[in-house]
Amino acid sequence: MADLQQQIAALCPQAQFDTVDNLLMVTVDDAQWHALAQQLKENLHFDQLSCLAGVDWKDSIGVVYYLTNTDTQEMVHVKVATTDREHPMLHSVSDIWAVANYQEREAYDFFGIVFIGHPDMRRFFLRNDWVGHPLRKDYDENPELNPIRLEDEMNEDDTCTYIEDEDGNVKKVDGKVFEDDEYVINFGPQHPSTHGVLRYRVSLDGEMVKKVDVVSGYIHRGIEKMCESLTYPQTLLYTERMDYMAAHINRHCLCMCIEKALGIEVPRRAELIRLMMDELMRLSSHLLSYGCLTMDQGATTAFFYGFRERELIYDIFDRTCGARMSMSYSTIGGVVADVHPDFIKDVRHACDVIESKMKEYHQLFTGNVIARNRMVGVGELRKEDAINYCITGPSGRASGVHCDVRKTHPYSLYSEFDFDEVIRTEGDSMARYMVRMDEMLQSIKILRQACDKFEQCEGNEYIAEKVPKMIKLPAGHWYQQVEASRGAFGVYLESDGDPKPFQKPYRMHFQSPCFNLIGVVDLTCRDNMIADLITITASIDFVIPDIDR
Amino acid sequence: MEVKKPKIKSMRYEDFKDNEYIESLVEQLNASGVNVVVGKLDQLLNWSRSNSLWPFCFGTSCCAIEFMCLGAARYDMARFGAEVARNSPRQADYIMCQGTITYRMAPVLKRLYEQMAEPKYVIACGACTVSGGPFKNSYCVVKGVDEIIPVDVYLPGCPPRPEAMFYALMQLQRKIKVTKFLGGDNRKEKRMEYVPAEK
Repeated sequence: MADLQQQIAALCPQAQFDTVDNLLMVTVDDAQWHALAQQLKENLHFDQLSCLAGVDWKDSIGVVYYLTNTDTQEMVHVKVATTDREHPMLHSVSDIWAVANYQEREAYDFFGIVFIGHPDMRRFFLRNDWVGHPLRKDYDENPELNPIRLEDEMNEDDTCTYIEDEDGNVKKVDGKVFEDDEYVINFGPQHPSTHGVLRYRVSLDGEMVKKVDVVSGYIHRGIEKMCESLTYPQTLLYTERMDYMAAHINRHCLCMCIEKALGIEVPRRAELIRLMMDELMRLSSHLLSYGCLTMDQGATTAFFYGFRERELIYDIFDRTCGARMSMSYSTIGGVVADVHPDFIKDVRHACDVIESKMKEYHQLFTGNVIARNRMVGVGELRKEDAINYCITGPSGRASGVHCDVRKTHPYSLYSEFDFDEVIRTEGDSMARYMVRMDEMLQSIKILRQACDKFEQCEGNEYIAEKVPKMIKLPAGHWYQQVEASRGAFGVYLESDGDPKPFQKPYRMHFQSPCFNLIGVVDLTCRDNMIADLITITASIDFVIPDIDR
Repeated sequence: MEVKKPKIKSMRYEDFKDNEYIESLVEQLNASGVNVVVGKLDQLLNWSRSNSLWPFCFGTSCCAIEFMCLGAARYDMARFGAEVARNSPRQADYIMCQGTITYRMAPVLKRLYEQMAEPKYVIACGACTVSGGPFKNSYCVVKGVDEIIPVDVYLPGCPPRPEAMFYALMQLQRKIKVTKFLGGDNRKEKRMEYVPAEK
């Protein structure tokens, strides 16, 4: 870490350094930031922007960037802030890391930070006639300012960029998303193939896609803002309702983040239970994405096959947690209750059944001529683009990126387990589909080992570490990543060290994998047929509430 | 001719909750008097309509996954004649609103509801659509879908189990069985603007 500090200091002498959360933190002024970002990417190979969280520090307002070096998996975070609260402006890094495009739009929507040089400075989640920026600490929550509007949004095509000239004056330049003579069709928000309420506006040339404009926010529920008014154990509930197909995993992540801040060790039995639940969740999620991908291409039978096996997993959840979905099972310090006596038997049975049925899935769909024609070579995503757009999870690994958080930054007990990271290099829809199918086998492998380990640690009945009734975190910030079913899910947690009895998080940001996935829709669908849009988005596989949060 | 209490084949009348509501509807129908011929025809129509309810696919979040389980083999919605999930509002009989409705979604939902053909029904499925649920304090979540469109059946749960969804479906069937179709719902009336009740 000292090496890295010296290298960065050589690049930017004005930077200040600090070590927070075992990571090097660099604080720079906005004036040096863009040049430093360029250097960090080119000279020090920090080629992935893993997380971008806007924060309102009351006296200043700014952004925290988490950067990853995809070769060494080293991480560093950079804090850039401005004291101008009326018209906060920072320099955009969307020309350096493509993923910043949507993330900066999110920061603009939440905090009103204008990014100079950003090509498309529109709101992302909220209506374009929304008054105020909700995550600012001085946001006026008066419902009369923002009533439920039942008329359509106007001027959807308008966008703008902010350009800085040589003297440092910033000028606003208006623009249009689509040209006047373009043929634009609307797709969604209520469409069965978008897997939820996502909306695309697609510009067509005959049947070829020229450009896709993603309009999100139809299920934006303001989770990050609500978390700021709840105590830590209460915030856990929302993690399950973002990516409901990775409910356990997301909750596990937030629990780990708070445990890290508190300095709590979780009992081994609880860790094993959490890990098994995570892998069961991953199986259930991949089975669902198999079902939906096949159904989107017209193979309705395969959908029933996928759901048949999911019910087995639901039964396990039902018996242990008491609910089929939104289980609320992990808690700070461990898990809520011990597992059902038949848990291990059920898990082994489910593993055997799913493994034997995998052959059936492949027979039904994978070898099918129509399926191969529609998926092989369609929607290719190159490795550089996958890194640039921060695509993780099965979609990233299908493009050859080594990005499994279970391997790159092992958490929980994953370092004890023997499993392979499934990597393919084709990057097309077929590869993304096959990575999921192969990952299911790896999950089964992990589950079987976990069952053995669980039986070996019988007698050790502790399922939760004691935590104080009122959880108070010291001032500081933490970042925790896990491998959710669709990619790396991260939690950025900031506490102001408030001494009052019921401490609330100062800022909680969820870096969801699906948010990054929609960034490549335009890139992968361009110059493909409109019918391939369905296949490509189904193979990328996103959950909309995870995008919108 | 007397209108009878609605019967559902697989569940006893006493096992349902909210029977008073159904009874008040029956009473109302009987008080206004029913012609034998029209009444018999009404019964036939209501029987066929209640056993062939086509849902409109309107899933915004978690509840939609449970709704998919309803369509799959284990729960099998086809037993209720409701498996024909339509993607166009114009072909659907009822809208099962699954998941949170946000301010941005509200105009879309309103328009989709208005595009459906009469008679149409709404099931508010899940805590979010009933009252805003866990997101009640949010700055951009509609606190109950009944602020925008009228609701026939409220179904709490986060998300409701598939069995609960069937219960809501059966409640809707019961409600349809005690309506006056001829000279009732299908009569050309002036369209009324929906005004949400004060909370």
